Amino acid sequence: MHNYLIKRLLSTIPVLIGISLLLFFMLRMLPGDPAQVLAGQMATPQEIENIRHQLGLDRPIYEQYAVYMSHLVRFDLGRSARTQNPVIDEIWARLPNTLLLAVVAITLACLFGIPAGIISAVRPYSWIDYLVTLSALFGISMPVFWLGLMLVVVFAVVLQWLPAGGTGSWQHVILPAVTLASFVIAFIARMTRSTMLETLSQDFTTTARSKGLSEMVVIVKHALKNALIPIITVVGLQFGFLLGGAVLTETVFAWPGLGRLLYDSISARDYPTIQGTILIFGLLYIIVNLVVDLIYAFVDPRIHYD
Amino acid sequence: MIEIKEDNICKAAEWVPENRFRRSWAKLKRNKAALVGGILLLVYILSAFFAPVLFPGDPSAPNLIRSLETPTLREPLGTDELGRSILGRILYGSRISLLIAVGVVSVGIILGIPLGLVSGYYGGKVDFLIQRVTDTMLAFPGFLLALALVAVLGVGLKNTVISIGISMVPMYIRLVRGCVLSVREEDYVEAARAVGTRDVIILFRHILPNVMVPITVQTSLSMGMAILFAAGLGFLGIGVQPPTPEWGTMLGSARSYLFHAPHVATFPGIAIFLAVLSFNLLGDGLRDALDPRFKI
Repeated sequence: MHNYLIKRLLSTIPVLIGISLLLFFMLRMLPGDPAQVLAGQMATPQEIENIRHQLGLDRPIYEQYAVYMSHLVRFDLGRSARTQNPVIDEIWARLPNTLLLAVVAITLACLFGIPAGIISAVRPYSWIDYLVTLSALFGISMPVFWLGLMLVVVFAVVLQWLPAGGTGSWQHVILPAVTLASFVIAFIARMTRSTMLETLSQDFTTTARSKGLSEMVVIVKHALKNALIPIITVVGLQFGFLLGGAVLTETVFAWPGLGRLLYDSISARDYPTIQGTILIFGLLYIIVNLVVDLIYAFVDPRIHYD
Repeated sequence: MIEIKEDNICKAAEWVPENRFRRSWAKLKRNKAALVGGILLLVYILSAFFAPVLFPGDPSAPNLIRSLETPTLREPLGTDELGRSILGRILYGSRISLLIAVGVVSVGIILGIPLGLVSGYYGGKVDFLIQRVTDTMLAFPGFLLALALVAVLGVGLKNTVISIGISMVPMYIRLVRGCVLSVREEDYVEAARAVGTRDVIILFRHILPNVMVPITVQTSLSMGMAILFAAGLGFLGIGVQPPTPEWGTMLGSARSYLFHAPHVATFPGIAIFLAVLSFNLLGDGLRDALDPRFKI
């Protein structure tokens, strides 16, 4: 297990280097002077010159990359061109909000998606199966930001049950989390149905039934346990969608998270913050995939990483 | 994001004779969901082509006297904040979203297929390099990658297509590479190599036709995704710019009037939903028809 963990951690290094190269060249692909772009529209010539010197923009490209990397490994992501605060501080202030939203959304998605998929697979081609399949298809076809707006109209404007946006209480989390979870519920339900259909037709399920075990035990202990790997994979992959969807959902609900920060930074062409936020999103995604890989070992003892 | 288990679906392509296609077509026609998807798609394409006939006039011309009118017989979907017909803008918007969908998958296919073919066929250092770049791109969720690219390239229709298209490239690379790996050791490829056929001919004439099934399915699903991504960028104000009648941009503008004119936000959303649904229904149907062993 330890060997696997080390190997798996080492395998993320090329990806991390790739991300750093992507972010490094992102700024240099912009038309004009990167120092001017980083400093923002209102910067004085002295400030621009300072940034140029700090980034080593007058040096060869490989030296520039070395300087950039030395800043990156110390999590020195520069200062926001908009607020002049360190980018890392801006990110730390908002990260908990995005994680809260993502965790609530993924929990909701598992709580609804997995049972829906199981029921659908247990009664294939019944009305409930068609209902789940159709709802799931609707879920993956619906723009999350539109669903968010419609939920605001119904629950905040018409019924006035929940706040339309902002943060501060548990009620504020409901609408954005449900919006964000909608697509993921649909996808998890589809994947659960598909894998459960497969495991329910396997010999070991027939054996379990022939032993006289109750249907609940057969479904949960035998079929679901064996269907968990693809479901966990999908949950992990969908976490990436949640991060992408967070930009839209947080904008709709004025939720002060990383997605909203990225949107505000793009609108203001605040490139240090754009770079920093994208880096953190990439790191989060890598960490989640790593955790998913490690969970496999606990869920399925047949997987030997050593 | 919808992904295809390449190892499953590619194997189905290996033994596809001509009558298999006929059987698949018959199966597709019997699939009610795919049929509904096909009809929706047809309506969508016809709206795009005949928008000027169905709505003569300029869909972007403001008429402030009729601002934020609710749906009536004269204006079945009402008007927006500038008094423009929402129906007219949705009809013209179908042209923009169709253009984006076709453009995006073209970028994905043009870049992704050759890279996937080369990566899978040659292996070694070329494969390693292409796969590490793909890994890096896949380290970002698709929409975020498109968002980052737009931040660099700038707003507008062309940059929206390029950004979303590039964000789809890694998906095509992975799909095609996986398929190539499963067919490159086949006898017919070996035979072509033995008689001295050039690699480019082997790749495009012998291998590519055998990986077309997953590409076709993925393309249908990717078009729906492209519409969603483009609408998302438009909604944030960093995609297609006003006054172009793009559905996401329309929704973005409608946000300000959500409390007293919710109809302005309702109908463009339904248009996006139906367009994406049509591609998803058709994509699902195609997958079921072309490879009955694979189903999500």
